[in-house]
Parts: sequence; C-alpha cells; structure tokens
Amino acid sequence: MSGPLASRRRWLQRALAAAGTLTLGACERLANSERVSSALDAEETWTRRAQRWLLGRAALAPEYSERDISQDPRSNGTSDPDTDAYNALAQGGFAAWRLAVGGLVERPLRLSLEDLRGMPARTQITRHDCVEGWSYIAKWTGTPLAAVLARAGLAARARYIVFYCADTLEITLDGTGQYYESIDLVDALHPQTILAYAMNDHPLPIPYGAPLRLRLERQLGYKMAKYIMAIEAVESFKGISRGSGGFWEDRGYEWYAGI
Amino acid sequence: MLRGGRRAVYRHPLAVRVWHWINALCLLVLLVSGLQIFNAHPALYWGKASTFGKPWLALGTGDAPAFPPWITLPPWQDLAGGRHWHFFFAWIFAVNGGLYVLYAIAGRRVRRVLLPTRAELASLGRSLADHLRLRFPRGEAAREYNPLQKLAYLAVIFGLLPLMLASGLTMSPGLDARFHFLTVLFGGRQSARTVHFLTAWTIVAFFLIHMLAVLAAGPLNEMRAIITGWFVIGRKGET
Repeated sequence: MSGPLASRRRWLQRALAAAGTLTLGACERLANSERVSSALDAEETWTRRAQRWLLGRAALAPEYSERDISQDPRSNGTSDPDTDAYNALAQGGFAAWRLAVGGLVERPLRLSLEDLRGMPARTQITRHDCVEGWSYIAKWTGTPLAAVLARAGLAARARYIVFYCADTLEITLDGTGQYYESIDLVDALHPQTILAYAMNDHPLPIPYGAPLRLRLERQLGYKMAKYIMAIEAVESFKGISRGSGGFWEDRGYEWYAGI
Repeated sequence: MLRGGRRAVYRHPLAVRVWHWINALCLLVLLVSGLQIFNAHPALYWGKASTFGKPWLALGTGDAPAFPPWITLPPWQDLAGGRHWHFFFAWIFAVNGGLYVLYAIAGRRVRRVLLPTRAELASLGRSLADHLRLRFPRGEAAREYNPLQKLAYLAVIFGLLPLMLASGLTMSPGLDARFHFLTVLFGGRQSARTVHFLTAWTIVAFFLIHMLAVLAAGPLNEMRAIITGWFVIGRKGET
C-alpha cells in the first residue's frame, strides 16, 4: 500500500509509539522518584492504624481442622541456611542449639529445645499467606512468645521484639543480607504468636525453619522469621541492619504486613 | 437555548464528576499495579489454600512474566513497589467510593437517576437491540440515562466495585481475624483471590463497552458532560 493512506498509517504508528514511550517514561520516572515512593509509604500507616483499630489485641486468626491441612505446602525464602555452624547443629538434631533471649530484659535467657518443649505449649492449625499471593494450611506447635518474654521479664522501655536468624538470603559485604524480623508488643503478646518447633506433629523441617520459627498469624509469611537463633527486646530497630525492621522491609516491603 | 433549537442540560453534578475521575485514575493504577502483584505468583486456585500441583489457571511460562513489564506498575519486576501503589490507591478508591455511595443514597440520586422505572424495564429488550446497533437515544430522550445504561451503572457501582473491594480485603490475613465471614462467603482466601482477578477483567470489559458507547454517542459531547457537567441535546432526530 502506498500514498496518503500508508503515510497516515505510518504517522499513526509513530504517534502511538511516541505516546507509549512517553507514558512508560513517565511511569518509570514516577516509580523511581523518592518523593513519590515516600508518599506511597503512607498506605502502610493507614493500613496499620485501621487494622489495629479493627482487630485490637485479641482478635484471633481463624483456625482450621485437621482435614484442611495442605498436602503440598510450600516453603519460601531460604530452604536451608547451609552454613557450617548451622549444618553442625542440624546434624546433632539441634541438641546443641540455644535460643538467646536478651536486650531490654531483666533476666537474659539461653533456652534449649528441651527447655522450650517443657514450657506451656499451644497448637494451632492456621493458614500461611505468602506476600506473593499463595496460601497453605498447616498445624503448628510451639511456645507462646508471651511466656518466653514473661520468663525473661521485659523492661519497661522495650517496644519491639527482634528475631535474628541463621540464614543469609542475600550475599552482602556488610552482612545486611542476614535474615531478621521485628514485631511490636501488641503482636508479640498475642495468644497465637508462638515460637513453633513442630509442624504437622513432626519436628519443624529444615525448609520451614528448623529448629524454631515464628508464627504470627495475622500477618504475611515474610514476618514469620525462620531459623531463629536469638531474640532481642529493643526500644527501636532503627540501628539494626538497614534500619527498616526486617530483611524484606529493608528492601521496600511494609513493616506491618497485615494485607 | 443554543442555536438550532439545541439545548444544554446540566447532566452531571460536580460531586459525580469528581468521583468519576478519581475513580477512573484509581482503577487504572489498581489494574496495572495489580498485574505487577499477580506476576509474583501467576497462578489461581479455588478454595482455602493453594493446590500447587493443580492450579485452576496458570499464566506465564519459564522466565517470562505473565504480564509484560510495560503493562505493570512499576514497569519492571517489583512486588514491593506494586503493593505500595496498589494499597495507596485502594485506600483512595475505597474512601472515594464510600463518599459517592453516601452521596448517591442521601441525595436520592440512586432512585431519581439510576433506578430504572417499571416501564423502562419492560422496554429493556428494545433498548438492548438499539445498543447492539449502536443507536442511542437522541433529543429529549437523551436527557436521562437509558434503562440499559442505568442497569450497567448500577451493576458496576453496587456490584463489581464493592466486589473488588471485598475480595481484596478478604485476602488480608489481618482482617481475616475479624471478618472471617467474608472468607467463608467467598469460599476461602484463594477463591477470593481468583474472584478478585476475574472481577478486575470484568471491570476492564465494562470500561471497553463504556468507551465504545461514548464514541458511538458523541465523544465530544459526552466528554464535555463528564468534565463540565453540561450535555447538549438537540431536537428529536438531531444530536
């Protein structure tokens, strides 16, 4: 085809391509802008305040029945920390593993798996929701975090509980690729917040965070730290790693992951 | 009175126009940021949990994302960024929509403007046939929404948009602790996610028909009306 029609079509194609490039360019600039992204961060505050107001301290995540337990659950993040120190612990069935509880507490603790199993336990069948959108249902048994914190005696200044993990999810020069997480006291003292050592009636498997992981049933999966080595009560998490309160939070994800 | 017996009528009050354009912007951002979020796990399931072995629908193969970057926000793979856009505009969408519903009910707009009369419902077949032939009411008859238009707007405003919000909120593990009946209503969190996805595309389909109708009914007049409020009607047989 030639003549005016073809040239008009060429013109139209170019105009569309130019409009497309301009739109995409504008979107890229918007999405890259510091000011835009810090304005967008407001959504997390709105969501946290709204959910805290609606849920309060006590609202429980739904619990499911045995027959709802997923036959094909999925682990995410690290599936095996695979460091010399961790492998040595795993080979010994985590008998030599100790959970360090410290920071703003009156009595720092070092707890073995036996110690934790000897404390009051809670079992719950709950749904694990990944930030990516998928879910599975599993049965978790563990020690309520509130019991551990009561034993250590929280100082009045303590506002957050930080979990330090054995896995490195990103290799960095400054060590900020180490997994960690933090929650506030509303969540830390919630009855369903447990330090789980068993999944589906078996010792916690390595892909799911052996020997100990956090269950925080009213938030998304990345909050539920796996391979926990130490717990610290702090006044602020600003000075820890990159300062946003968790591995994924340091990489742009919301600290409050209730949606 | 304009020239040639044409008249301008004030068709869309300010509140409706403001709601319409904020809503349009929200839906656009929610769609493209939603596709970004979907790309993080491009599979859908029915029920309480994911059945990874047999998804109901799986899009995207290998390394290629289900939806290409240029149609997502941000226009590169960034789940954290997509979530910030999505929830920021979801809040605006919900507040804007809530205010509109209050206005529409308190201002009796639902009954006066949106609810079709019994006679209109009886003539729905003809209205549908006219629409399919892209013939739209002219003259005085164009002063009000036609019955099919009323039903479409009612279905979107009181059906699809609230369904979008409800299915989205149902996916929240936080809200699930307080409003578990929603999860039960949808048949589980993964069902709610699938409904969320399907409803999004139903809204896209409405948007396309909406655009087709604007084009066929006189794009300049329709655009002027939804921007300034004023809609020009002619004598019978004229635009």
